[in-house]
Amino acid sequence: MPQEIFTHQFNNGLVLLAEPMDWLESAAFTMLLPAGCSRDPEQFAGLSNVTSEMLQRGAGSRDSRQFVEAIENLGVDGTSGVSNSHTTFAAAMPATNLYEALSIYADLIRRPWFPEDQMSEGLQVCLQEVWALEDDPAQQAIVQLKKQHYRDPWGRSCQGTEESLAKITIDDVRQQFEKTYHPNETIIGIAGKFDWATLLDQVAELFEDWKPFQNGEIQAGVPQEKYWHKKCDSTQTHLGVAYDSVPYRHPDYYQARGAVGVLSDGMSSRLFTEVRERRGLCYTVYASMHSLQDRGSVLCYAGTSTDRAQETLDVMMAELLRLSQGIQQNELDRLKARVKSSLIMQQESSRSRSGSVAVDWYYLGRVQTMEEISQKIDSLTCESINSFLNRHQAGNFTIVTLGENALEVPVGIS
Amino acid sequence: MRWRCPLEFREATLSNGLEIVAECNPRAYSVGVAYFVNTGSRDETDDIAGVSHFLEHMVFKGTPQRTADDVNRELDEIGSHSNAYTSEERTVYYSNLLPELQERAVDLLSDLMRPSLRENDFNTEKQVIIEEIYKYEDQPPFGAHEKCMNAHFGSHPLGRSILGTVESVTGLTSDAMRSYFERRYSPGNMTLVAAGRVEFEQLVAQAEHLCGGWQSFETHREAPSLAPRNGREIFVKDSAVQQYVVLMSRGPAATDNDRYAARVLGAVLGDDSGSRLYWDLVETGLAEYAVLASHEFQGAGIFMAFLCCTPEQTVENLDRIQGILSAAEQEGITESELNQAKNKIASQVVLASERASNRLFAVGSGWTQRREYRTVKETVDAYQAVTLDDVRAVLDNYQLTQNTMVAVGPLTDLPDLAG
Repeated sequence: MPQEIFTHQFNNGLVLLAEPMDWLESAAFTMLLPAGCSRDPEQFAGLSNVTSEMLQRGAGSRDSRQFVEAIENLGVDGTSGVSNSHTTFAAAMPATNLYEALSIYADLIRRPWFPEDQMSEGLQVCLQEVWALEDDPAQQAIVQLKKQHYRDPWGRSCQGTEESLAKITIDDVRQQFEKTYHPNETIIGIAGKFDWATLLDQVAELFEDWKPFQNGEIQAGVPQEKYWHKKCDSTQTHLGVAYDSVPYRHPDYYQARGAVGVLSDGMSSRLFTEVRERRGLCYTVYASMHSLQDRGSVLCYAGTSTDRAQETLDVMMAELLRLSQGIQQNELDRLKARVKSSLIMQQESSRSRSGSVAVDWYYLGRVQTMEEISQKIDSLTCESINSFLNRHQAGNFTIVTLGENALEVPVGIS
Repeated sequence: MRWRCPLEFREATLSNGLEIVAECNPRAYSVGVAYFVNTGSRDETDDIAGVSHFLEHMVFKGTPQRTADDVNRELDEIGSHSNAYTSEERTVYYSNLLPELQERAVDLLSDLMRPSLRENDFNTEKQVIIEEIYKYEDQPPFGAHEKCMNAHFGSHPLGRSILGTVESVTGLTSDAMRSYFERRYSPGNMTLVAAGRVEFEQLVAQAEHLCGGWQSFETHREAPSLAPRNGREIFVKDSAVQQYVVLMSRGPAATDNDRYAARVLGAVLGDDSGSRLYWDLVETGLAEYAVLASHEFQGAGIFMAFLCCTPEQTVENLDRIQGILSAAEQEGITESELNQAKNKIASQVVLASERASNRLFAVGSGWTQRREYRTVKETVDAYQAVTLDDVRAVLDNYQLTQNTMVAVGPLTDLPDLAG
């Protein structure tokens, strides 16, 4: 059955994408708002996160308790989060409650109260996230790796710091909301059981009169150090390694994705085999593609005990460098099997598809059908991936370590 | 939400005792297959602490027919999403994949259930297990859950650590592991579970062919009576920024009918959104998280609350939690809280059931814990049937304020809490 994906762009710029999955009884939406933390003014790091938190403290006709009561009684299972590029609200629910859920979330993102008397509590919630990160060196390694590898603000994480949060007032939150919550650049992805004509009318009713706003350009900061170490009181050392690759919208993206798959997808992948299975150096080791709109990279992580950290880094680096010597047919065959089964299994989840269609639109300005992705995967060959790897050799590494000792990092990275 | 798919539950038992159960859904896009083995940390002794979990790793290291590399390669060749986990009372090996590959997955998983446990692999994998122990020591909540299980259950087998310690794992021999394997992995102590687009006849025929020759032997699980200790233990971790506290009290066991009411009560008091703990501690920013839920085991159950907040705020927050538990014991919960929690849980059950991989665990747990199969609708109905009286009975039967407490973090001392 050919996959059908409806798209509609309203006059105010809002994009609605909808993928019918009639075999399910659920529906899900993913709202991507252009309110990522890369939009935080430098002195107010964490502002988008505070804004997202304050948004949920009363909107439209409901205070925060009435909001939670309403969505829970409708069986809406929702999440929210702030990434570098977006604030995201996503939810799955019984299909019959889709319209009511959308209308509640329309209030949230269009008509928040921003009650001043809840500002200190909202800030306190965001401070808890700052402290949580301090206790989690594995997560810190990845957060710091992005900071070191990308120029600010693209390497930022959303939490901010104790100092920056202390400066934020309710007026800053209101201003940030005015600047970053607008229909142009907002994408709503929906998947599951629905009738398209009805859905289009409903979304029009809820969002068509939302006024667009043109936000300014983001200014790039200065490049960061290529090696960063933090001394930690721990039996473990956490290693992060990054190097440049291509972004999601690049014609060679699936070549890069294929190569990283050989490195890290599945139990027979190279990093898992060489670092964990053969040498027993660690429990967790992986590499993954990370994409911004105009640039992409490979991010790698391993956590290991202090006295084995240097060997772990050395083995990881050797695998990253060995990749440019090429991949084998059997590695590619296994990768294709895994990717294709993941694609098919996505059809069991409206939540997963609503996210995929929204993210595709953000990066590509269109949605790829699963058939199209499947064809791209099929067309990968060892020659095509090896040719890509020849043109994009791993190098110019950014490395972060958290642990007892700094490590010897490979020559030529600084 | 309606469930319209024609699902069929099927079961079969081989002559050596291996049970095969499946929820067959002809409309699913995938199939999940798993071996549920009734063994875990509660079946260990001090000298082999951590062996169940270590064995779970060793199972992937090969069989007389397959090397460790073969196993990993084949799992990836069939495009499967495969893994395993070990709990206090279960070790589960599972694979989710496309329906046309069911036969290959069953062939591979069944072979793995009779592992070689080679000495070389054993020594290398021991390092990985030790790294895993370090990993959990290094990430929040720094073992607080296991420490509290130990404090709450004391010498009862459920108080045992799943991972074991660096010392116990270091001291473990492959002979001791083999002997444990030979006591626990009897076909009568294992269940082959499948869900999704299952070919049941083929599954049974294949199991007969591959597993029919496995020798059956008696297995035994200790289930001594339980005397929760309700103690207070503090583990100082200077390097932590936040304080982590676990509270445990008695709750329904896996076969107790009041487990549905207990889960509804848990959602009202301590779900991560919209609960009493949420509104009082999390939404106010007093805690990073404060949650409570019930968990069931064979012959015992617990209510477990988890608190994470600054050290300075900990005492006040614990007072608030104890106040919330005590208010619930005295006044119960309201009709609207009950309905909201039921609606929320029912929807979560139905949403999760859309994935065959989730049904695999639901069907497998239900069967191995209770020898019972419940459809999604029956599960939803069981939650919807919970009344205020049922919740009242749970509050009366299991005093949530009578709890064991374990704290991990910078604090060196915590005052006793008012009941």
